[in-house]
Order: sequence, then C-alpha cells, then structure tokens
Amino acid sequence: MAKSPSDSEINEAFEKLSKDAEKSGYHLNPDSGFTKDLIRSLLVNQDRYGYQACPCRLAAGKKAEDLDIICPCNYRDADVVEFNACYCGLYVSDKVVKNKLPVKSIPERRPAPEQRKNQNENAKTAQFAYPIWRCQVCGYLCAREKAPDLCPICKVSSERFELFG
Amino acid sequence: MKTTKVKGEDYGRVFLYTLSTCIWCKKTKEFLKNSNVEFEYCDVDLLDEKDQELTEREMRELNPGGGFPTIIINNNDIISGYQPEKISDVLGL
Ligand code: SF4
Repeated sequence: MAKSPSDSEINEAFEKLSKDAEKSGYHLNPDSGFTKDLIRSLLVNQDRYGYQACPCRLAAGKKAEDLDIICPCNYRDADVVEFNACYCGLYVSDKVVKNKLPVKSIPERRPAPEQRKNQNENAKTAQFAYPIWRCQVCGYLCAREKAPDLCPICKVSSERFELFG
Repeated sequence: MKTTKVKGEDYGRVFLYTLSTCIWCKKTKEFLKNSNVEFEYCDVDLLDEKDQELTEREMRELNPGGGFPTIIINNNDIISGYQPEKISDVLGL
C-alpha cells in the first residue's frame, strides 16, 4: 500500500508545479482543493511506481509502458486545446481561468493497449543529417544527436522525445 | 476481484470500475453516496497484477475507450467518466 503524502509535501509540490506551469504558459486548475487532491494522487503514484503516473489512468507499473501517461502526459496539450482541460483536470486553458468555466470529465484520448503497441512498431526513423527529436508532450522540435535532457519548453525528460521525420 | 459495497437505497445493480487515485472516480462515488444509491466498486489499481489485467480486459469489453470510472447499471447502461446527469437520468434520481 502506498504511503499517503503529508499536507506539507502536497503544498510544496503545489507551489512548485504552479510556478513551473505559469512560467511555461500553462495553467493549473484554479480550484486549489481539486488541484491539491490531484497532486496528492501524483505523489501517491510517485511512491508506488517511482514516477508520477496520471492519477486517472491505470498504470502498468512498468515505466516503458507508462511513459505517455507520466504527468504531464502526451495528451495534455491536445485536450487543453479541445476541451479546455486535461483528462484529469489538473491543467486548464486560459479561457477556464479567465471566465471561471467549470472543468468537466472528458473522453479518454489515449489509444487502447493494442493500438499503442502498433504505434510503437510503426515508429518513424530519421532521414536527415541529424536526427530530429520531437517532444511528445508539447511538440518542441530540435535537430541534434541526442534529445535534450529536459524539454526547454515543457520541462519533461529526454525519454519523452521521439524521433521525428 | 476485490470489491467494496456502499450501502444505500436499492436501485438495482450499480457497479463501478474505479481507480483509488482518480478524482473523477472519487467524485462519482461521492455523488452516489450523497444520492443514497447503493453501489459496489472495484479499485482496479489496488488489485494484484494478474487480477488487474483480467479486470481491465473485462472493463474494456464493456467500455472500449477504457475511461475511469466505468459505471455499469443493471448490466445494461454503461457510463464512462464523471457524469452525474447521465447517472441521474438512468436511475431516475
Ligand atoms: S496532464 Fe492531466 S491528464 Fe495528463 S497526466 Fe497530468 S493530470 Fe493526468
């Protein structure tokens, strides 16, 4: 059983995440009770799996299979654009913040397990002088030997990059 | 599969596939409790590996999108996500 995080751990993580989000042009859900509840779950998953798997999705518990749902997940930006919030409701659009729109439960965008497997098998290979890397979270592109350690835009780690083109 | 029953008024079989960490699952459970509806749920993330696989497959057969919570009402209506209006409609709350 995963240990439950203390209030001070949750508040600390909340402050850090809010700051990082605003700095990079993202917004956390302004309902701080809701947001802290989600952060509590992210910390539970950190303790349980060793990484912050999305609280509203079933993690496999194997990092390689869960990379696309480590928060921020690969589906966040598309969901914020289409539905004004990510699947869990942790990240929201500017519109939600400004107009105080309610955040609702949205459809799941993550493909089913078999489709995910096929996608990985069809992964493209680079045909340029340098490999082109694409951040699967925010779409940032760069051409260099290796993916950056951290995405300069959304700050996810190098393992969240895919070869592109 | 390990399940938990929550007592309330009998509206037939109301069964939920849930995750212990999911906010929409939590809200759905709260909504049913506040509406005094009797229901049973299974926190799929807390099952052991084998049970988890079987249960996820079983859930995906009913709800191919695989979203949590997946709510099955009287083995007939399937609702995906936190949808208090839909639940109210189906149960006649
Ligand atoms: S960005 Fe939102 S939907 Fe994606 S993992 Fe984080 S909390 Fe879940």
